[in-house]
Amino acid sequence: MILILLFGIPAFLGVVTLFIPGEERRRVRRRLLMIGAILHALLTLALYFPGVSHSLNDYLVLDSLGFLFLSITSFLFLFVAIYSFGYFQKEHHSIPTEKGVRHLYTPCMLFFLSAMTLTTMTPHLGLLWVAIEATTLATAPLIYYHHHAQALEAAWKYLLICSVGIALALLGIFFIAAASKGSGTALFVSSFVKNAPNLDPRWLRIGFILVLVGFGTKMGLAPLHTWLPDAHSEAPSPVSALLSGALLNAAFLGILRCYQICSAAGLADFAGKLLIIFGLVSLFVAAVFITAQRDYKRLLAYSSVEHMGILSLGIGVGSGFGSLLHVINHSLTKGLLFLVAGQIVLTYRTKKIAEVQGLLKTLPATGILFAVGGLAIMGSPPFAPFISEFLILRDGWVHGHFIAMSLYLLFLSVIFVSMSKSLFDMIQGEKKELPSAQREREGEAPMALPLEGATRAPIIERYGLMTFSPFVFALIVFLLGVYLPPPLVAFLKEASSLLGRPL
Amino acid sequence: MDWLIVGIILTSFVMLGASRLASCIRMVALQGALLSILPLLAKPSFWDFHGLLLFVGSFTIKALAIPFFLFRSLKEARIKQEVEPVVSLHMTLIGGGAVLVLAFSSFRFFALPTAPFPSLIVPAALATVLIGFLLLISRTKAITQVVGFLVLENGVFLFGMTLLSDFPLTVEMGVLLDLLVGVFVMGIMVYHINRTFDHIDTTVLSKLRDIE
Repeated sequence: MILILLFGIPAFLGVVTLFIPGEERRRVRRRLLMIGAILHALLTLALYFPGVSHSLNDYLVLDSLGFLFLSITSFLFLFVAIYSFGYFQKEHHSIPTEKGVRHLYTPCMLFFLSAMTLTTMTPHLGLLWVAIEATTLATAPLIYYHHHAQALEAAWKYLLICSVGIALALLGIFFIAAASKGSGTALFVSSFVKNAPNLDPRWLRIGFILVLVGFGTKMGLAPLHTWLPDAHSEAPSPVSALLSGALLNAAFLGILRCYQICSAAGLADFAGKLLIIFGLVSLFVAAVFITAQRDYKRLLAYSSVEHMGILSLGIGVGSGFGSLLHVINHSLTKGLLFLVAGQIVLTYRTKKIAEVQGLLKTLPATGILFAVGGLAIMGSPPFAPFISEFLILRDGWVHGHFIAMSLYLLFLSVIFVSMSKSLFDMIQGEKKELPSAQREREGEAPMALPLEGATRAPIIERYGLMTFSPFVFALIVFLLGVYLPPPLVAFLKEASSLLGRPL
Repeated sequence: MDWLIVGIILTSFVMLGASRLASCIRMVALQGALLSILPLLAKPSFWDFHGLLLFVGSFTIKALAIPFFLFRSLKEARIKQEVEPVVSLHMTLIGGGAVLVLAFSSFRFFALPTAPFPSLIVPAALATVLIGFLLLISRTKAITQVVGFLVLENGVFLFGMTLLSDFPLTVEMGVLLDLLVGVFVMGIMVYHINRTFDHIDTTVLSKLRDIE
């Protein structure tokens, strides 16, 4: 029952808000978004109590792997919803967009939550595909939120590239189904795993390649990542945070499900090799583009490509535990960074790294959070991503992937150096005079950012609501870096045991 | 059943060679219609519930609703009628022929029990997927890219026909619904692209890059 409510409530609220258009009823919609997020979080929490059923019928079964992704999504969504309260209060004032367009924000967010939830709790490959495609459709209007030419370009690329990619994944799922031809397996991951020795490895191989390419496109694995930097930089920052922290995970989960099947059928080495190659290429591409990047939201987007690469690499070298821990760490840290980047965009009115400086002096709290997030995402101790990146390195080394691990270290250090230069250029330096409303009105805005012209002098005090969520993320990223609670370790061990290979 | 599959391949070739947008859309509608008839013939009895519902669902969506959306955005955007390919139509047709040869010559590797369908269905599906790709990369207009995506999706569907018995009806309907909503959103975007740039040539969508 809880499972149905979990994706039913956001979907229902989404439909309701679809019928509450109009700028003046923004508050109602925003409250409904909040209610949806809180209810979802409470229901997810309820699933942690013993005795609560995790399966409803064959199509809705929440295993520990799905539970992990569900918890991340629910948590992230709740705090992003809180943040977007403050964010859109500031942004909304006087954006000159046409009537009846922006009201799509709340319904699309809720539909996205619903589709994400369904992704995490279905063991049926067909339904999984439907849910992942639904997340694409729900987020495309969110990327087009700003309604200017660049946002349109980003949304179009995203929609088309991801739809084509996901269509390929469907073909891959059909191939995997064809591998079990004659055995009557009905596309459930569990029945594939049970039936693994009878699967035709040739079809399974082709199927896995197609699924990896298809969902890999959506996950942002290079060289299929081309939509990702555009979409992440053009979307409003709360949406970027969700794209990075939840949407990419959904595609990763799709790959993991098929990996489960391959690993049960004795193809773990084959699948692992492919994942290692994709992972290393992603790390390489991310290292190159992070070094040359001039736009900090794109920088963060390429950092997502990097971390998706790390996840893929981690699974490939057989570090299930490390990779799943890294999923948590990356989602929280990247959520933190994008939310803080949203504050920076609103304050400085630019996405150029060179035009932002003295963050620590202009907005002290934001500056500190940005520094914490930056250090964490680059993998420096004592923050949580360091632990998981190190675990992946250790497991890879133990399993004998020396070349891959050396390259991994090389790329990580290149990224560390170039990214820390960019980020600390923004954080340090003298206090910068903020662009005044006057300059905005004269049309000298550094970018075509459709931000309100109403913000004049210090904006610092208005950030209370917007600083809360990043602060919570930063706190958790720090605490997890210092101490991993045993229940979490047990939970992750159980989830990673589903992936077949022991730690 | 062979003639249906041959018809599906032929429609994709007509799209490769068509120079007008409207004929492309009409062909993709025809292809969808042919595709939706296929499950009807596969079932032992004509009035089989699963097959019939699948026919109704996919016919309404693929042959009626989606072409309707596309025609509407074509009209609203008042787009010029030419396809405007990147390479000439002759070249894409030759490319399509090559793809067809490739799909049928790799046939042996894809030996698969396809009953009750003729074994022709597997290479035909692969050829349709690849022709969809060809359409996607060789045309610049947003609406032809949508058509290319639909052809690709039709190819995937054609392959999925062989697994009809494994798929529950709800999931099939989910897939179709996703497709419908996807094309709906794409149609709206085509309209916006046209309004923002005065045409729907996607070559203007190249402002976002990493290094200026």
